Amino acid sequence: MLSQDSLAKIDKELTKYPAEQRQAATVAALRIAQDEKGWLAKETIEFVAEYLGIPAVAAYEVATFYNMYDLEPVGKYKLTVCTNISCMLRDSDSIVEHLEKRLGVRCGETTPDGKVTLKEGECMGCCGGAPLLHVNNKHMHEHLTPEKVDQILEELK
Amino acid sequence: MTNEVCFRTLHLPNPGSLETYRSIGGYETIKRIVTEKVPPAEIINQVKISSLRGRGGAGFPTGLKWSFMPRFYDGEKYIICNTDEGEPGTFKDRDIIRYNNHQLIEGMLIAAYTVGARVGYNYIHGEIWAEYESFGRALEEARAAGYLGDNLFGTNFCFQLHAHHGFGAYVCGEETALMESIEGKKGQPRYKPPFPASYGLFGKPTNINNTESYASIPYIMQYGGLKFLELGRPNSGGTKIFSVSGHVEKPGNYEINMGTPFPELLQMAGGIWKGRKLKAVIPGGSSTAVLPADAIMGATMDYDSISKAGSSLGAGSVIVIDDSTDMVKALARMSYFYYEESCGQCTPCREGTGWLWRVVRRIADGKGRMEDLDLLTDVGNNIAGRTICALGEAAATPVLSFVKHFRPEFEYYIQHGKSMVTG
Repeated sequence: MLSQDSLAKIDKELTKYPAEQRQAATVAALRIAQDEKGWLAKETIEFVAEYLGIPAVAAYEVATFYNMYDLEPVGKYKLTVCTNISCMLRDSDSIVEHLEKRLGVRCGETTPDGKVTLKEGECMGCCGGAPLLHVNNKHMHEHLTPEKVDQILEELK
Repeated sequence: MTNEVCFRTLHLPNPGSLETYRSIGGYETIKRIVTEKVPPAEIINQVKISSLRGRGGAGFPTGLKWSFMPRFYDGEKYIICNTDEGEPGTFKDRDIIRYNNHQLIEGMLIAAYTVGARVGYNYIHGEIWAEYESFGRALEEARAAGYLGDNLFGTNFCFQLHAHHGFGAYVCGEETALMESIEGKKGQPRYKPPFPASYGLFGKPTNINNTESYASIPYIMQYGGLKFLELGRPNSGGTKIFSVSGHVEKPGNYEINMGTPFPELLQMAGGIWKGRKLKAVIPGGSSTAVLPADAIMGATMDYDSISKAGSSLGAGSVIVIDDSTDMVKALARMSYFYYEESCGQCTPCREGTGWLWRVVRRIADGKGRMEDLDLLTDVGNNIAGRTICALGEAAATPVLSFVKHFRPEFEYYIQHGKSMVTG
């Protein structure tokens, strides 16, 4: 259900915690599963639970609690734009507007070709670089301008 | 003076590297402590003298917190570093990891030695993946150099440290929610007592501090608590990193002495952008009360002065707001955040944060009623103090303070259906 590579990553996470605390790797294991599958389907969550030896409901609880898990399919690239207070003061609204115009979708939607999902996010703890967005939960782009956004979109092949 | 403690490598080439950290005496302090068997009580005493207070926002004295850990306990004990920065306006710990992660590791080593912990975790905010990875690399370097692992410095002192990655939940910055999260559960805060020092991670005695607090420790133990205290003010010892965001020319982190006048900090950040005027400042992160320009311009950046001005120093997250800002819309955005991030465990917070957001939203949409202002105050007052953790209070404080200081803007919205600032 998950590749050997992903299972090896989960095993590595497990080494951080006491042997009898396999549940401690849940947040990381679901992240690793999402990285491989693109999103967390019910079967994926159940597989992770079984692999860790925890009840499926315990894994669902985690998957539904944390904001960065996707419980529905997303595009190849997920762009999450922070619109919280520090970003808002530096006009993140115009960044969202520009992205919506360029991509032809609203926040929360995916482009028809399945390439890009646009999301609004909560504070990412990088407010000095406002306005900002991150790609696929990992790559942070700061001090955004419409031109910089165009460049980011250009690089998403 | 700037960048004297946590950012003291910043002016050097490759500030975050092990080599650079060693060049300023890095890891020598823990080596001395361990090999000379410095009594833990003496370390706690120095930390108490330094007047270091928790840099995550609560400002609890660090030395006192360490003294709560049971000294004679046979089982495992843990220490945790809280790098779960998710409060709007807060971004200092990220830069400690980027530019001086080895000082953080040494600070945790000293804490581990002092409280008798053999294992530690650094819980890193979900959204800063690059920093999670770079901290992992620093751990590898420290292990290879013999600073982490078993029988360190030829003694029986053992300490293993791990990076733990969060995944997007503001409430996990609350210490017991963070422990639940490390245990692989929903991040819902626990009732206190029992406090973490007696029942923490995996049910074991646990000491948890903020990143900046730990990163200040090597300096304190290298130069003595008194020297750190003297950098700041009585009751507000040392330096503090202020994260300045919003309407300034040069947003960023500024590590300065506690007690520095606010106008000086504002000047370092390049002043108000676009030649505009200062309207207000949220001095400690979105959960602290907003202060009008006059109140903040007369204040110094330390716990007592900001508290006297009517707010709190919090995590030192200074959100600067210029005179073109629609305060009702600004509040609406912050209220949405608390509604979105409430963990749902306590009814006053789960229901109250939604209520606050909907009422502020209604005013911002031009559909407000005059009695909404009293309603907001009433709902806010009925959340604060009635929840397990401080998130409820954090949601109420912006609402109460915005309505208190900028009431005419709210009234104008209600009467005219539009902003008196942006029209």
